[in-house]
Amino acid sequence: MAVRTALFLAALLVLALIAPLLIANRFLIDVLTLILFSAFLGQSWNILGGYAGQFSFGSVVFFGTGAYTSSILLMTFGIDAWIGAIAALFAGAAVGAFVGFLSFRYGLRGSYFALITLAFAEVFKVLANSVEFTGGGIGIFIEHEPGLARLQFDDPAGYYYIALALTVVSLAIAWWLERSRFGAYLKAIRENEEAAEALGVNAFRCKMYAIMISGAMGGVGGTFYAQKFLYVDPPIAYGVATSVEMLLVSIVGGMGTVFGPLVGAFVLHGVNEVTRHYIETPGLSLIVYGLILIAIIGYLPNGLIGLFKGRPRPKEAEDA
Amino acid sequence: MLDVQGLSKSFGGLAAVSNVDLHVDAGRIVSLIGPNGAGKTTLFAMVAGFLTPDAGSVRFQDRDIVGLKPHEICARGMVRTFQITQPFAGLTTLENVMVGAYHRTADRRESAERARAVLDRVGMAGHAEQPADGLTVAGRKRLELARALATEPQLLLLDEVMAGLNPTEIDDIVGLIKEIRAGGITIFLIEHVMQAVMNLSDYTYVLNDGVLIAEGAPAEIAADPRVVEAYLGHGAAERMRAPEGGHA
Repeated sequence: MAVRTALFLAALLVLALIAPLLIANRFLIDVLTLILFSAFLGQSWNILGGYAGQFSFGSVVFFGTGAYTSSILLMTFGIDAWIGAIAALFAGAAVGAFVGFLSFRYGLRGSYFALITLAFAEVFKVLANSVEFTGGGIGIFIEHEPGLARLQFDDPAGYYYIALALTVVSLAIAWWLERSRFGAYLKAIRENEEAAEALGVNAFRCKMYAIMISGAMGGVGGTFYAQKFLYVDPPIAYGVATSVEMLLVSIVGGMGTVFGPLVGAFVLHGVNEVTRHYIETPGLSLIVYGLILIAIIGYLPNGLIGLFKGRPRPKEAEDA
Repeated sequence: MLDVQGLSKSFGGLAAVSNVDLHVDAGRIVSLIGPNGAGKTTLFAMVAGFLTPDAGSVRFQDRDIVGLKPHEICARGMVRTFQITQPFAGLTTLENVMVGAYHRTADRRESAERARAVLDRVGMAGHAEQPADGLTVAGRKRLELARALATEPQLLLLDEVMAGLNPTEIDDIVGLIKEIRAGGITIFLIEHVMQAVMNLSDYTYVLNDGVLIAEGAPAEIAADPRVVEAYLGHGAAERMRAPEGGHA
């Protein structure tokens, strides 16, 4: 069983690696890139929300901070985006530490934590709108000068490979969580924080690490986004839509599972593209998309991954 | 091993625990009994770091532990179980116990091995892969015990591990607690089931309305009129004594 799974995953990875060579349609490569990117951001949410049970509603705050960090470094100081990505990683982790410290120190859990994260994202949006160095409401336009150091490419396949690498790394992190003491502690905190504390788990510290890892991933994601779309403004960087997408792919795919966000990203984007393609009445595609979402969440509380796993996990849904 | 002095806690003017002194020597089984609402669980929560006392001191192995977090107290070798069982519901029994076992090792395989050994010890080896939320009441109580044991404590605080069990299950768990003590772990337990306390403890404290009203060997305690009254109401000791005559 384990060998078969490993072979299957290896085959999937090889297929993912050669996909740009097989697919002539560059639009399709773009779609795949966005799916992988969405899976990566979803995994960032999943580590905090799915594994540690801290249901963030404002995880975009890490993404936006990362996007601004590397974009400002690039456009104001001329620092290459690959260095910017590292800076974004630390910036995301720092924002994670900041939000985490304020929330966890004062024992905010469940819906209160969700609300405070949502509020932080909104505050950052207002700040980005009003200060000078972010370009305010006008935002930051990023020059397109292809090159690996700038993480910009003429061929969409370049972005595809970066998104693929990010996704693989994020899966590796989740896989490590499944097998490590830290991951076991996060799950214990998710299921019952008080009992975890009684058994010697330093819940505060574990949650801080979780939100910092999540933040670091979100930050790097922000750099990738900025280098691909060449523009950052407050609604893009700190808009609630990205937060929702991050948690949605995890929930649809399966919270607290390694492959949940990836499966969720494929299904959500797939459904979205298909409904947009086949339904011409304006707005109707969104309605169909919404109905499918409701059906998945209503009938599969453990996400799509739950279909393949026997064990139910009803607890997380309640905590949400 | 454990030395509690002048411990007090009030909730909004209501004194849940007032000025309690007690002592648990290494290698013994000491029990704390008392009617519902006597403050037993509050006392435990303060000892294990879940509540901060208003006054008093808690010394564990000659060090003051007031103000330490539960996980820090666990690291020093004292661990509690919960009266209302708190399983990690979405995890398997084995995964539950591994959380405790990880306290002594960061290695996954070793943690699993230790957890299996503990499950074996408490007679739950057959339930290792079962989700914890599917366990019976007796199973959950054992799981609480197993998780706590897996942290390899020196002092185990058991909060009503027998409540809700049938007589056979109580006999089993009494045997188990004796084995644990024989393995070198000191035990301090809260209990409601009198019969179990009597044949388990070396020493007993009785708490009523937040105040210690008696202490001593279980047999002395059972005969103490104050204890009988606390449990059965004012005048009960009188009435019990009358027909039997000089029973004490």
